[in-house]
Amino acid sequence: MISLEGVSKQFRGSRRLAVSNLSLEISEGETVVLVGPSGCGKTTTMRMINRLIEPSAGTILVDGKDVMKQDPVILRRGIGYVIQSIGLLPHRTVAQNIATVPKLADWDDRRIDARVDELMETFGLDPELKDRYPSELSGGQRQRVGVARALAVDPPVMLMDEPFAAVDPIVRARLQDEFLGIQERLRKTIVFVTHDIDEAIKMADRIAILNIGGILEQYAPPEEILRAPANAFVEDFVGAERGLKRLALIKVAEIGVEDGPVVDREASSEEALRVMEKFGYDWATVVDEGRLLGWVDRGSLDGRPSLADVPPRRFSAYVTADSSLREALDAIVTNQTNVAVVAGDGDRYLGILTVERISQEIVSS
Amino acid sequence: MHTFVDVLHWLTTSSHWSGSGGIPIRVGEHLELSVVSVGLACAVAIPVGLVVGHLRRYEFLAVSFANLGRAVPSFAILVLAYLLFLQLWPSLAFGFGPTVVALFLLSVPPILTNTYVGVQSVDADTVEAARGMGMTERDVLLRLELPLAAPLIMAGVRTGAVTAVATATLAALIGGGGLGRFIIDGFHTNDVAMVVSGAVLVAILSILTEGAFALVERAVRPRTSSRQTGGTLAAGRRSRAVA
Repeated sequence: MISLEGVSKQFRGSRRLAVSNLSLEISEGETVVLVGPSGCGKTTTMRMINRLIEPSAGTILVDGKDVMKQDPVILRRGIGYVIQSIGLLPHRTVAQNIATVPKLADWDDRRIDARVDELMETFGLDPELKDRYPSELSGGQRQRVGVARALAVDPPVMLMDEPFAAVDPIVRARLQDEFLGIQERLRKTIVFVTHDIDEAIKMADRIAILNIGGILEQYAPPEEILRAPANAFVEDFVGAERGLKRLALIKVAEIGVEDGPVVDREASSEEALRVMEKFGYDWATVVDEGRLLGWVDRGSLDGRPSLADVPPRRFSAYVTADSSLREALDAIVTNQTNVAVVAGDGDRYLGILTVERISQEIVSS
Repeated sequence: MHTFVDVLHWLTTSSHWSGSGGIPIRVGEHLELSVVSVGLACAVAIPVGLVVGHLRRYEFLAVSFANLGRAVPSFAILVLAYLLFLQLWPSLAFGFGPTVVALFLLSVPPILTNTYVGVQSVDADTVEAARGMGMTERDVLLRLELPLAAPLIMAGVRTGAVTAVATATLAALIGGGGLGRFIIDGFHTNDVAMVVSGAVLVAILSILTEGAFALVERAVRPRTSSRQTGGTLAAGRRSRAVA
């Protein structure tokens, strides 16, 4: 969808290259995050895509067409653009701001109104805000209006330059989650710039890590960057906790669960003890036709012939197959145990996950 | 006290309010000089200021020109223009032509400076976002920069206009009309009441001009809030430009 071929940029009056011979291939519907320290040319690279900056060398194709051979104004109307400070027009209402590009594209008023309403709903903006001015909005609302405005004519490509950086961390996390949900449905091709590696890991399908002077150090999915950083620069940039960060990207189902001690609620105490013995635990999971009921330990079986006489206790460290390893580890640690039970749809018992298995996964990265 | 009564008497004498040398005619001449000069100054300074502000370049030239205009005395310009007109268009030399030149040069600096500062101080990120969305340079200038700069531009026009009204008095020195006539003629005939009356009329006209433009300035201030008319934004920008 977007392809950069040997793109370089040297600003007038500067001897260094801001971007050096950069080649990147961005597929349709993919979110690529450009990340790196200041001076790495990530914003310059993004701004060359909609020609706010013109490359000194190389070719940039959007949807197969060379951007340098198009009218920049027409090119930009087909590319959504969001910047950190958002830059809403201060003398226009929220509705007028969202309608900016549709108006430039000469949509009729009814179509514009309908589109504004639709976008405000998508972004959870109260219809009452339509006639407010940007100065009357909260930071989070402004950010939402900015993204809604960029999506107004439904462009296939979006450029987002630190779009969530200007709000506090709690609002930021919520905006990120909302945007991921919206992107799940819209499947836009997105180039996203940030200096925050955690945001990159969260938002990206692929991350491009850039070094000073616009040198591409690694271009890979977040999980791969954390598991196998290409060099010392990437390893350093990703930070000391890359093992832990990677856990957030791996689902329990992906590493598989272990068999654990499990018995049916109709079983005899004798059988339960045998199962505990076999797995080397002093407790066992109790199921009813595969459905998770809880657990019993050796002590509670004392003098009771059958499990039917022992009410099973609830698991506190409980995760699903869709949970991330990070959530699993959190459940285990906060419950001061070393095992979590894993359930599937309808509370179906799948197995257990031990802290040893998770730490193996950290070490392997 | 004696003079005050005389002035009051002079101003209320009905014969001073009629005829070809009466107050209404002189006010009309005075306004004509001011309106023509400030109109020409706007026609030149606003477009130039918009372009300089939009390009965010050549400010140095604009600043230099504006300061030069302020530095040269209007009286000197008046005399030089008078000599020039005598050579080229003698029919305009007595009053109107040279005065318009002097007032024009006097009103251009505040209008030019305020226009480019007003455009330039529009938030750079807002301009960048507008451009990034596919607004043409013309759209950026006319739909974004001009409306946001409008109050500051009008403040410049106000300064230019008030200065022009006060200074149009000079026209009488080279045989022109306007309220300066009363001051010059009163001086030559030793009529103190007439001199002071002329000065009072010029002052009143200047204050009315100031008031009228203050209203215009408020009217062109873009709305930036749904609750009040006129935004805090434009006011904030003005104080910055003045500082």
